[in-house]
Amino acid sequence: MNLKLNVWRQKNRTDKGRMETYQANNVNPDMSFLEMLDVVNEDLIASGKDPIAFEHDCREGICGSCGFVVNGVAHGPEPETTMCQLHMRHFKDGDELFLEPWRAKAFPVIKDLIVDRSAFDRIIAAGGYVSANTGSAPDGNALQIPKENADRAMDAAACIGCGACVAACPNASAALFTGAKISHLGLLPQGQAERSRRALRMVAQFNEELFGSCTNIGECEAVCPKGISIEVIARMNRDYLAAALTDRGAKKSAGGEA
Amino acid sequence: MVLDSKIPSGPIEQAWDSAKFNMKLVNPANKRKYSVIVVGSGLAGGSAAASLGELGYNVKCFCFQDSPRRAHSIAAQGGINAAKNYQNDGDSIYRLFYDTVKGGDFRAREGNVYRLAQNSVHIIDQCVAQGVPFAREYSGLLANRSFGGAQVSRTFYAKGQTGQQLLLGAYQALEAQIDAGRVKMYPRTEMLDLVVVDGKARGIVTRDLVTGKLESHAADAVILATGGYGNVYYLSTNAKGSNCTAIWRAHKRGALFGNPCFTQIHPTCIPVSGDYQSKLTLMSESLRNDGRIWVPKQVGDKRNPSAIPENERDYYLERRYPSFGNLVPRDVASRAAKAVCDEGRGVGETGLGVYLDFGASIQRLGKSTIEERYGNLFDMYARITGENPYETPMRIYPAIHYTMGGLWVDYELQSTIPGLFVAGEANFSDHGANRLGASALMQGLSDGYFILPYTIGNYLASTKPGAVTTDHPAFSQVTKEVADMQNRLLSIKGKRTVTSFHRELGKIIWDYCGMSRQGDSLKVAIQKVRALREEFWRDVNVPGSGDDLNQQLEVATRVADFFELGELMCIDALDRNESCGGHFREEYQTEEGEAMRNDEEYSYVAAWEYGGYNGQPKLYKEPLNFNYVHPSQRSYK
Repeated sequence: MNLKLNVWRQKNRTDKGRMETYQANNVNPDMSFLEMLDVVNEDLIASGKDPIAFEHDCREGICGSCGFVVNGVAHGPEPETTMCQLHMRHFKDGDELFLEPWRAKAFPVIKDLIVDRSAFDRIIAAGGYVSANTGSAPDGNALQIPKENADRAMDAAACIGCGACVAACPNASAALFTGAKISHLGLLPQGQAERSRRALRMVAQFNEELFGSCTNIGECEAVCPKGISIEVIARMNRDYLAAALTDRGAKKSAGGEA
Repeated sequence: MVLDSKIPSGPIEQAWDSAKFNMKLVNPANKRKYSVIVVGSGLAGGSAAASLGELGYNVKCFCFQDSPRRAHSIAAQGGINAAKNYQNDGDSIYRLFYDTVKGGDFRAREGNVYRLAQNSVHIIDQCVAQGVPFAREYSGLLANRSFGGAQVSRTFYAKGQTGQQLLLGAYQALEAQIDAGRVKMYPRTEMLDLVVVDGKARGIVTRDLVTGKLESHAADAVILATGGYGNVYYLSTNAKGSNCTAIWRAHKRGALFGNPCFTQIHPTCIPVSGDYQSKLTLMSESLRNDGRIWVPKQVGDKRNPSAIPENERDYYLERRYPSFGNLVPRDVASRAAKAVCDEGRGVGETGLGVYLDFGASIQRLGKSTIEERYGNLFDMYARITGENPYETPMRIYPAIHYTMGGLWVDYELQSTIPGLFVAGEANFSDHGANRLGASALMQGLSDGYFILPYTIGNYLASTKPGAVTTDHPAFSQVTKEVADMQNRLLSIKGKRTVTSFHRELGKIIWDYCGMSRQGDSLKVAIQKVRALREEFWRDVNVPGSGDDLNQQLEVATRVADFFELGELMCIDALDRNESCGGHFREEYQTEEGEAMRNDEEYSYVAAWEYGGYNGQPKLYKEPLNFNYVHPSQRSYK
């Protein structure tokens, strides 16, 4: 099949950027979307042009590196599928596609389809962990954790940090991402000691990074390649509210207003 | 050079405890005066950086990805072994040790493997404490499953995403240390060389992948935890960015390379579908529990599988290995698949594939049972191939998955360059000639959480902190060499793309130094690799410049190193005149076509010293002694 690609090209952070049009010919339906771009890039290099920069690594949908917007939808048209796992058989001959990077103030474009998602790391650093220094752990079976809780914690922990939720949200909110980590750890007994501090500090960092607020639109859940439910946002709000009401002292030491 | 493995003497059960007791300590108040560089943020690097930060050292951690959470450890599916014996089924530290030494086909160090088995139990405790959501029983206690090469149930798992969850545990501990100011993280930064001053590792030179800037970083010790080199084959189950550059540059600076030809081929991967293919996807080996592997009896039979009657199918594993059947170990299953495809009986468009058929199991157990057991894997297969594996058999083919070889290290994980430590898949240490399933995660975390925090202290205790800074002329000299190589790559502007060279190199290594190897053809391979390497340096086209984000330049640099490593792999494979584990030399097989070890002559670790661009590397041998597990021939008939 042959496709027309309109791709966002931006040389660096300060460049204004623009759409450019390329032709992808003889696309094999068994190719992944990124393999299709590989072939386009080989042709661009051969004709002396700068290849399209896009982020990718594992190409099996788990590292969270890849992701861009295809015709207005983060990670393209297939549900629960990252770009690297999206195959060309879902497109048809003559399709015209528009590829754009994640758009959010907190995710500045670095080049073409690559954005800076380091804000996510800073949100985790603010409290997305259980402080258990190496060597201090009791026996693994000393704690019994109801299977339902372990399974629900796992569902939230499946987040790959790709940023599609932010890209899809009209407010560019990171609520699904932040809520997923708060839920994962909050559902487990190991996470209780730092639960209030975690909610306060992570939400404070979230705001500092210029992500927008959540207004329960649900676009994030719709595009999440791991099917994470917006229930995690409700958990985040509950933990945050409880912490803000009851842990006034902790809030101060935890680093600020939210 | 005499290779001193530093294995403590005395009973193996007490060796690690006594080694720890004999190690020198750094006073808590002095730890912050020492700086340690950690390259790589996967299970080994992430856990080491976090643990060293917790101890109070000044840590700098580097990764080429945009975040430390994306290291390729994240893609491990199946699980992690630990000798907890929670199932009361006879497991013990000794049994895990025994299984791993035997699984490695008697080419690993007993002392290292015993310590690995000891540490396995602490790893599970540590990960649970961090909040890793391991699978649980209804009782709320930890669940286990079985894995290849063992008769006990000792594998802990988090759905099919065990690597992801363990890595996120280490990543979160790392982020906590970053927040505390004890670790400084350098994402999108690639190590391009090691700086050695007066024989000791003193720092690294890196490239900022966004700005292209070359930078110097000095430290009192350097840890490389940069993963394996499976991408030398171009097509592998590794992430696209996985590369050998950090360990190869350290090798060129004097670190010996251990057992480079020991690579693991996983039997159940989705076959190559076309020339554009960029990577291969693994399907968990647990599928072999209920799937039957077959090919048509007739050469060139291109009928639809459902049109091939039962008596015209060859269930070749069940035929050749009646007692183990479809559950023979990875190396045996892989070679058998290659053999039937070489005969022209392979299936699919390319003829490089065999069927993994669930038809009989679905009939016997019902579709819902199969769906419950393997639903997510079937979905993944359907997503990639567009075929429904409930109706038509899966097609699978072996693919490169893991490299047992790596930089040579002693018991303290120190390379032959003092102050340079190597952890995880990047070192050669614990898996011998074949790694058992669910033990890579175990080794990465054992190295990072429980070994390096001790051995790094032991090294630093007799080192003056901050003795060398980036003002030392060695840093500017190394930076210049890195810049020269980069400029040379950028100035060729030839006719062929980097990928076309990488693909061709990968095919040579796969054809000659893959699932089976043969003396004369390895000699051919060495010539082919050298010739292609010459062409690469004459005709590669690396577009753009070095002073901004240039993904082609990143790949070109890595491929240049793969050329040299690929040649060393062939040299090592040619030198080892025996078959063992993943290394199968066609000349050395039993009458039934099984691997034939030669313990008299080859019971050693082959550690190679760099021999120059066109030179001959020099071989050093570390003899292996087996005092506990006595070498025997494996049989699966």
